[in-house]
Amino acid sequence: MSSQTTKLKVDPRDGKLAMAHFYVAFIALALGGLMGLLQTLVRSGKFELPWGIDYYQILTVHGVLMGLVLTTFFIMGFQYAAVSRTAGTHSPAARRIAWIGFWVMTLGTVMAATMVLLKEASVLYTFYAPLKAHWIFYLGLTFVIVGSWLDGAAQIMTYARWRKENPGKPSPLLSFMAIINTVMWIVATLGVASTVLFQLLPWSLGIVDTVDVLISRTLFWYFGHPLVYFWLLPAYMCWYAIIPKIIGGKIFSDSLARLSFILFLLFSIPVGFHHQLTEPGIDPAWKFLQVVLTFMVIVPSLMTAFSLFATFERYGRSKGATGLFGWFKVLPWKDARFTVPFIGMASFIPAGAGGIINASNQMNQVVHNTIWVTGHFHLTAATSVVLTFFGISYWLVPHLTGRKLTKAMNKLAIIQGWVWFIGMVFMSGAMHFQGLLGGPRRSAFSTYGDSAQALEWIPYQIAQAVGGSILFLGIILILIIFVNLAFFAPKGEEEFPVGEAENLEEKAPMIFENWKLWLGITALLILFAYTIPFIDMIQNAPPGSEGFKTWGSW
Amino acid sequence: MHIHKFEKIWLIFGVGALVVFLSVVGVSAFYLGNKPPSCLTTIDPKKVDTEAPFDKPGLNKVEGKEWDYELVYVASAFLYNPGEVEVPLGAKVKVIATTKDVVHGFQVAGTNINMMLEPGYVNEIVTTFDKEGEYLVVCNEYCGTGHHLMSSKIKVVK
Amino acid sequence: MAKVELKSNKKTEIEDSSSLKGTLASVFLLGIFLVVTWASVYFLFLDRF
Repeated sequence: MSSQTTKLKVDPRDGKLAMAHFYVAFIALALGGLMGLLQTLVRSGKFELPWGIDYYQILTVHGVLMGLVLTTFFIMGFQYAAVSRTAGTHSPAARRIAWIGFWVMTLGTVMAATMVLLKEASVLYTFYAPLKAHWIFYLGLTFVIVGSWLDGAAQIMTYARWRKENPGKPSPLLSFMAIINTVMWIVATLGVASTVLFQLLPWSLGIVDTVDVLISRTLFWYFGHPLVYFWLLPAYMCWYAIIPKIIGGKIFSDSLARLSFILFLLFSIPVGFHHQLTEPGIDPAWKFLQVVLTFMVIVPSLMTAFSLFATFERYGRSKGATGLFGWFKVLPWKDARFTVPFIGMASFIPAGAGGIINASNQMNQVVHNTIWVTGHFHLTAATSVVLTFFGISYWLVPHLTGRKLTKAMNKLAIIQGWVWFIGMVFMSGAMHFQGLLGGPRRSAFSTYGDSAQALEWIPYQIAQAVGGSILFLGIILILIIFVNLAFFAPKGEEEFPVGEAENLEEKAPMIFENWKLWLGITALLILFAYTIPFIDMIQNAPPGSEGFKTWGSW
Repeated sequence: MHIHKFEKIWLIFGVGALVVFLSVVGVSAFYLGNKPPSCLTTIDPKKVDTEAPFDKPGLNKVEGKEWDYELVYVASAFLYNPGEVEVPLGAKVKVIATTKDVVHGFQVAGTNINMMLEPGYVNEIVTTFDKEGEYLVVCNEYCGTGHHLMSSKIKVVK
Repeated sequence: MAKVELKSNKKTEIEDSSSLKGTLASVFLLGIFLVVTWASVYFLFLDRF
């Protein structure tokens, strides 16, 4: 971090662009959160949607806004700012590209949202063919992805400039991590872009009559799993490289942090079959191979767990803590910038445990497409990731707007974190247990003809509505804090914390920056995991499917 | 790159646990026949009703196979055919299903029978119905407005 | 090599402040949690038809 290009403050021109991303992200959070509340209320059986609004329509809005819009906009804004802070202010050219990216993503979001509101695209955010949405919906999603590539290109340009200006030096850790995530995202989105551009768009425009369903799903899940790592890695960036500075400690190991990110790049992508374990048309041996690769991606998370505990323990002991767990008590629990992401980290323990179960080949039959899965990613994405994003906002937003996180807002932020946690214990907990009993995900309220099993699920659904209501309170709190930090908090300087490694003499090996090597291995692993199954799917393809619109119109 | 001794111990334990998990499910899948449903048979989704075995949905006794019965389902938005079926307790059954339109799920709640039905593909699972009771079959993949109404019933009787 | 370093530098006076025994205990609690949850669902799988 000693380079002269490193600036303590993000350039205001870069800050403006990051803030633009955050405005869209938090609007998505507000609307998506309301939809989430309505879903849990409907599913409790005590409430019906007014004015002919359809459950699956709001489910689509919730998934698209939370899973695609909130995440992509927040991540791109955060990484853009992090690269600017650690690798230097973006060049005017890079900034222009990023602005174009921002507007293309926003336009795409508006296009997709309009089609969903018109009931032309109640296909959920996974848009599985042969459900056929309006072509504008698919084109809108394409724009979101292309826009994110432009956003990513800006980060890569600035990173490349830093490397050129600092030959032989390892890049700043946060920039390195942001670039890994961007590169992974670009490689992953090739899958969804392929199915949308070559299959779904021509089909929804009527240029071709049929679509190959299994290939479309396989391309989607080639993207779908790295998608969740694309959400997670920015949270890991915060945990590895920012939290140590916030608590006043050190990064346990800069090199190991980089190594874990490299492993994420390699093993996040060739694993999509673990979302397709119960599907026909894929040989079980290839499924199992991808299960093995999926288990490889658990290893960097095991490393992360150790590093984080070690950072905390080293800090605590430096403050004189003794005993086996004494260090835990001296952590800065009154600082929202630490406590809120910490709740996220802690939630990743049950979240990760559930993930290992989901990926365990035939054990997936116990939980596949049950509401357990919904409970699972409301721990990973909607708690670990989102609470960390909130924690980042508490210093990044005032840093960019030239304001201060006041004591009152800090306190409210900690309350927000605990409200979220309690809401999620109810909601996600009930989802996990109902899922083990067989309750399906993505379903409106139903007693299935008063089936005894379905009636047993109702208490869990009521618990989910209680949790959903508490979580909505959490959404209101975060929105209050965000608006305060963006517009009303007192003027001042808020630090952009960037951690330093414990051992500064230990330079990260330059092999970590060898992109030809890592992209080469990534490509090889993808080809290894997917080539033969893909050839099988094409050679043994059944007749294609015509489109269906199985949902109501206005 | 320096790795702390404790981290090495932890990673050996963690990776070891993962290897054990993989071995357990791997042996169970490939040596004990518990592979997840992965049928490779294809079918023209428009001709489902006229092709065997889907021309005779329901429970059919079979001879000379590893299983005693075939339980055949045809799924379409938003119903399963048959809507209700009785299976004798202890029967070894091959459940065979496909869809005529969009992607559907096929899950017998409270059991391991949980598979995806995709247009153009047959899916199947072999199991022994060894617990008495009434089981709800639900569609667990979103298929449209009536998704939450799509169900069937299996009664396992003595 | 790592072991030698640890022994020579840190054994005596700094040991308590640089110890990571709490970290080791924490990750093992985490590991046990992973094993127990995985095993419970595996037994659920075995129990069901």
